[in-house]
Amino acid sequence: MAHPSTAPPAVETSGLVKVFGKTRAVDGLDLRVPAGTVYGLLGPNGAGKTTAVRMLATLTRPDGGEAQIFGHDVVRDADQVRSRVSLTGQYASVDDDLTGTENLVLLARLLGYRTPAARERAAELLDAFGLTEARSRLVKKYSGGMRRRIDIAASILNTPDLLFLDEPTTGLDPRSRNQVWDIVRGVVQHGTTVLLTTQYLDEADRLASRIAVIDTGKVIAEGTPAELKSSIGAGTVHLRLRDPHQRAEAGALLTSIMGAEAQSDSDPHALTVRVGAAGNDAAADKASRALADLARAGITVDNFSLGQPSLDEVFLALTDKTKEASPA
Amino acid sequence: MSTATTPPEDDTAADYTPVPDRVGALLNRRDAPNRPSALAASLAFCWRALLKIKHVPEQMIDVTVFPIIITLMFTFLFGGALAGSTREYVQFLLPGIMVISVLMITMYTGMGINTDVEKGIFDRFRTLPIWRPAALVGALLGDVLRYVLAATVIVLLGLVLGYRPSGGATGMIAAMVLVIVFAFAFSWIWIMFGLLLRSEKSVMAVSMPVLFPLTFLSNVFVDPSTMPGWLQAFVKVNPITHLVTATRQLAAGTWDTGELAWVLVSCAVLIVVFGTISIRLYNRK
Ligand SMILES: Nc1ncnc2c1ncn2[C@@H]1O[C@H](COP(=O)(O)OP(=O)(O)OP(=O)(O)O)[C@@H](O)[C@H]1O
Ligand SMILES: [Mg+2]
Repeated sequence: MAHPSTAPPAVETSGLVKVFGKTRAVDGLDLRVPAGTVYGLLGPNGAGKTTAVRMLATLTRPDGGEAQIFGHDVVRDADQVRSRVSLTGQYASVDDDLTGTENLVLLARLLGYRTPAARERAAELLDAFGLTEARSRLVKKYSGGMRRRIDIAASILNTPDLLFLDEPTTGLDPRSRNQVWDIVRGVVQHGTTVLLTTQYLDEADRLASRIAVIDTGKVIAEGTPAELKSSIGAGTVHLRLRDPHQRAEAGALLTSIMGAEAQSDSDPHALTVRVGAAGNDAAADKASRALADLARAGITVDNFSLGQPSLDEVFLALTDKTKEASPA
Repeated sequence: MSTATTPPEDDTAADYTPVPDRVGALLNRRDAPNRPSALAASLAFCWRALLKIKHVPEQMIDVTVFPIIITLMFTFLFGGALAGSTREYVQFLLPGIMVISVLMITMYTGMGINTDVEKGIFDRFRTLPIWRPAALVGALLGDVLRYVLAATVIVLLGLVLGYRPSGGATGMIAAMVLVIVFAFAFSWIWIMFGLLLRSEKSVMAVSMPVLFPLTFLSNVFVDPSTMPGWLQAFVKVNPITHLVTATRQLAAGTWDTGELAWVLVSCAVLIVVFGTISIRLYNRK
């Protein structure tokens, strides 16, 4: 078989397009996902994440461009692609009216397991996903987190080489979210490539070794999480003042210390400073100095946080950049 | 059930901590079996349909109560007027009413398919490397069980009302098999609509203008010779007429190659035309 260095990437697309009426849901998408990694597809609502993933999983035909999964074309070699990938869709695609066990046994049978082996495989999966107690309950009675897990369990039943997870944690509570993250780590540890879509930079940051930020069907930035974050600044300082009348004074002080413009939010108590590309340590250092100076000036700060840029911020920064860059 | 300290919405699972190694180990197994045959895949889907009947047995009410109602209704409504007595009329009506009832409930197949599409369950099936029509064929095989049930209910009710087929048990069973084979083929129309239309309700809405003319403008209730000429022309080419005639003959212990051929050719045409369109739609979704 092919030498690792010559092995095709898990996903390679060039100029992939999907049009729905007048909407260009995916509009010239170029992606390259190296095998054996977690790759994050980060984008806001309507960016085209689901549409892109559905084309890669052979569920929707592209209207233009090409996509290969491990070197197999998603249209011409759809069956080969299907035997190597699995998709956990954005909306659960397990059968509500069947029990957990029945869902998994059905899939195992569809993959060619005979009934006793299918039962064994289902039991193994339920156990590893913490669903043994709920195995005989109808899936419609499962909680959101449990549904997600049975859905992912169903997706890895066929030991895929590439797993698509479309917004696996949207709508989950923090505990369930952590469970899903651990599952993803387990999946990739054993060599399966994971292509994960998400709206949360934080999630992509924790799991993915590379991220593509997409908007209106195109990749607008690509790189490691560190590269992406440093390209738009280390983070954001949020302040909440006790007295809104002191906001102008506090803003001026902050701007001079942090070396970045303090922005006034719609909330009259709040101030936000986006910290420059200098890195988090410098940012934390400057922020603590700024706090001390504010106190000295008699300005009471009720709340302070130094956070990673949110997707909104990454996104705004990136779209600003593409706008600036495009006339050149 | 679990202890009182666990939050209500995630009861059995709250204290679950995934062990990445164990999850990964599930992926390490490379003893994956060969892909299933077309038959094995269809039977797996059929099993799914049967499980749904097991979990939601109420869905069988439609397929039993509806046939009972129309059998009783038409027997007593028309029996006196058309044949002098209900007992006499039921001899004529029963095979036809069995055809109508079973064909009417074939519509539920389309509604079921539509629900699966809308819920996104087919998405997972469509990423499996299996024989593509299996999901549709399997669902239909499950529905055939409902058709068998409906046909049986009607025959039993007919026996109670005094129906005595001269073909005996063999003739009656042959007649039922013919109706069910035709219903299988006819269901592909609904599968197509189920895949084509946006909601269950739209499937229901198109079913009436299709089913009513086809079933009522036939020889089920009266002899077509009493009808105006233009109507006779339609009744004569209506495949349901031929199905009803063939069913009556089988139940009476006779059969006519011409009528049977008509029915079987109609079945083949229905499957080829609507089956092909359905599979196309399924692949394109
Ligand atoms: N079947 C469809 N018919 C018409 N328009 C569609 C269809 N599917 C998606 N779209 C449109 O294509 C665009 C991209 O949608 P898509 O679902 O891929 O976005 P997404 O990034 O997954 O968003 P979200 O985060 O909300 O899931 C949207 O404008 C959406 O309205
Ligand atoms: Mg989506």
